[in-house]
Amino acid sequence: MSDLLTEPRPAAAPSMDNYLTHARGFWSWALTLDHKRIGVMYLVSIVASFFLGGLFAELIRTELIGPGRTIMGKDMYNQVFTLHGAVMVFLFIIPGIPAALGNFVLPIMLGAKDVAFPRLNLASYYLWIVGAVFFVFVLVLGGLDTGWTFYTPYSTTTDTRVVLAVTGAFILGFSSIFTGLNFIATIHMLRPPGMTWFRLPLFLWALYATALIQVLATPVLGITLFLVGVERLLGLGIFDPKLGGDPVLFQHFFWFYSHPAVYIMILPGMGIISEVISVFSRKHIFGYKFIAISSIAIALLGFLVWGHHMFTSGQSKLASVIFSALTFSVSIPSAIKVFNWLATMYKGSIALLTPMLYALTFIFLFGIGGLTGLFLGALATDVHLHDTYFIVAHFHYVMVGGTLSAFLAGIHYWWPKITGRMYSEFWGRIGALMVFVGFNLTFFPQFALGSRGMPRRYYDYGEMLGEHPEFYGYHFLSTLGSYLLGIALFLVMIYLIASLFNGHRAVANPWGGATLEWQCSSPPPHDNFPVQPHVGDPYAVRNFQYDPDVGGYVRVAQTAKPEHPLHPSAH
Amino acid sequence: MAKSESTTRPPDDADPGSVEAPRPHAAADHHRPFLAHHYQSYKQQFEAGKLGMWIFLLTEILLFGGLFCAYAVYRANHPEIFIYAHHFLDKNLGAINTAVLIFSSFTMAWGVRCAQLNQRKLLMVMLSLTLLCACGFLGIKYVEYKHKWEDGLLWAGKYHPVEHAEPADHAARPPGRPEAQSALQRPEGPRYAGIFFSIYFMMTGLHGLHVLAGMAAIAWILVRAANGHFNSHYFGPVDYVGLYWHLVDLIWIYLFPLLYLIH
Ligand code: HEM
Ligand SMILES: [Cu+2]
Repeated sequence: MSDLLTEPRPAAAPSMDNYLTHARGFWSWALTLDHKRIGVMYLVSIVASFFLGGLFAELIRTELIGPGRTIMGKDMYNQVFTLHGAVMVFLFIIPGIPAALGNFVLPIMLGAKDVAFPRLNLASYYLWIVGAVFFVFVLVLGGLDTGWTFYTPYSTTTDTRVVLAVTGAFILGFSSIFTGLNFIATIHMLRPPGMTWFRLPLFLWALYATALIQVLATPVLGITLFLVGVERLLGLGIFDPKLGGDPVLFQHFFWFYSHPAVYIMILPGMGIISEVISVFSRKHIFGYKFIAISSIAIALLGFLVWGHHMFTSGQSKLASVIFSALTFSVSIPSAIKVFNWLATMYKGSIALLTPMLYALTFIFLFGIGGLTGLFLGALATDVHLHDTYFIVAHFHYVMVGGTLSAFLAGIHYWWPKITGRMYSEFWGRIGALMVFVGFNLTFFPQFALGSRGMPRRYYDYGEMLGEHPEFYGYHFLSTLGSYLLGIALFLVMIYLIASLFNGHRAVANPWGGATLEWQCSSPPPHDNFPVQPHVGDPYAVRNFQYDPDVGGYVRVAQTAKPEHPLHPSAH
Repeated sequence: MAKSESTTRPPDDADPGSVEAPRPHAAADHHRPFLAHHYQSYKQQFEAGKLGMWIFLLTEILLFGGLFCAYAVYRANHPEIFIYAHHFLDKNLGAINTAVLIFSSFTMAWGVRCAQLNQRKLLMVMLSLTLLCACGFLGIKYVEYKHKWEDGLLWAGKYHPVEHAEPADHAARPPGRPEAQSALQRPEGPRYAGIFFSIYFMMTGLHGLHVLAGMAAIAWILVRAANGHFNSHYFGPVDYVGLYWHLVDLIWIYLFPLLYLIH
């Protein structure tokens, strides 16, 4: 007996009403309040800024392909790495998963019709656009050379466009706050009957934890950037030692936001991995509650460790020791997640499809990134490694190896749902492989460089640093890797776009997921669920089996009781 | 604050189309104006809005939190600056402003009650009174800023006190006896005295911006009240703006002693 709700609707019929065909024309998108369309607009915008940031990255690596000046001088270089960092952090990685994929998926996974405040959601998108426009102004009106960290006193004295940039980042901060606020309210208030806290898919737990950080940390960044702006415009003096101010206070304020912000970047990624690992191992997730609670633990502990960015800033020794010890505590909940993912895969029947390849990439690379974080959290080693390429390698392993892999896993996982099309699995796997190789080739050598003393943010490592021929080979490899990575990402973009035109139509549930988004057609109808869905265990993936007639997964009704059609008692 | 609402808010079954029935994804529903399509009931919508507002207030507190933190750091490091410089703030004006804001919180709260009780006229009176208080507050603030400006008592980068600048503090200086000035060794006060004014202007300035934003919100509510949008089923926006206004008030209640009443 098959169940009406899960039986794939004739999604193939192009005539059927879905969120893409529901209304047409420019304004139906620009003024939409539909979280799915807002998610798609975010996705397009974010990917565009990712490619902009990527362009800067290739310029950086090209400059560093050999010692001495290659394609640009030192001032230009400072601007390029600053804009690379600022664009990637503020425009891509922070809003990336929550605002694009989260916006699309969250209400559907929850079983709701929309987020709690659709207008605020749209406002958040337009704030993002305004923030991005400010960054573009920075770019064309003279650049920025402070690094993405805006450290005072340099940021209050350089004659590049700091005020524009901090205004942009301030606005982007509000965009991020609004997204977080919306998600918290949605998860609290719009859960349908049956969706208890411990039936929330882990991606939603992750988004919830992320939203907590967005709401609690971002305002502090806001006021800090505001102070920097006022400092420059009026000579406020709060960060200026000449006037009795304290530049290290800036660093405290900045990292009070920006350390938690690294969890804004990684937590949603971890959420995606929890979904993908379970579905593609065809096994119930292992340690559901531990993964869920560890997200919250990471969010809260993340507020206590910011001082580990300031071990060499002259903060008190006692503070450094305490921050160092606390830093180790954050790695515990992260490790809990990793072990649970591994245990989920254990004895599962693993399908190495593209999303799963990226999920495995995530586990591997985040493992390296997280473990090297411990080297940096340890006081004695960090004093040596601080401000070297070791840091650069560390945070790229977590941000690119971690978050970008998770983002790609998520895009591939939900692509059929978002677009209604299947991408080419062949090219998907090739792309994932190239990303993996290209990434490691780019960033692994940087660990070696950093531990040998190559400082970060230098445009030249020839004469400027004295004789260091041992750096040359590593830098060369790293640049080659970055080209491979760039090509790989282009490839991904190309086959994904191609799938829009010639991909097979997607069925409702191509991977066999048990979360609610796979119960509505692909792409989902305008109001998500024609009938209120019934909520069951989000990881009962074994209740879904591949049906060759449908070309996707369907529920195999076990002991389906009529009143709880989707909640079989045995699992 | 929650108690009064629960008595006046309609029970869920008061609205047609009850909890389970899916509602069409259409904009407005003639029987239930202002109920967004993705909510099942006014109650759910009200509570979501309220939660959202509380979270927003939290972010506001954190925004000011950075400044309170800066205040704490500098006051701990340079207590003498704070003791010296606060004499230049006018305690009386500060106290009057505190009273004005507290009164405006009272009228605002009364306004929320009016909305819940369908008292449209009284609601408009209360909102207007609140707006009036806000204007009064900003007027007094303007007088204070103007004095600081004339005396050159500005933030650190622009801190150039003029010769005759004297403490506004009447306890420290009986009226008409400028020689009390001699108690302060240097005309510009202790080193880095400007930092106090940096903090003063940032905190009160940011607070002033919030008063302005609050006034805009109250004006919006006033217009909607005039159009008869609110009733005992639907009064969320009044309530939310009220919460926001209380926060603005509360922040001032901290600013006043921290800046004006230092010992
Ligand atoms: C898993 C545990 C982690 C630990 C113990 C850790 C530890 C550290 C430490 C101690 C530093 C400062 C090093 C220095 O400047 O001397 C650092 C830098 C950094 N980490 Fe991590 N980290 C972890 C995870 C992450 C994650 C998940 C991300 C982002 C997704 C991240 C992003 C960064 C960034 C961006 C920097 C450098 C910021 C800059 O100076 O520009 N880290 N990390
Ligand atoms: Cu950190």
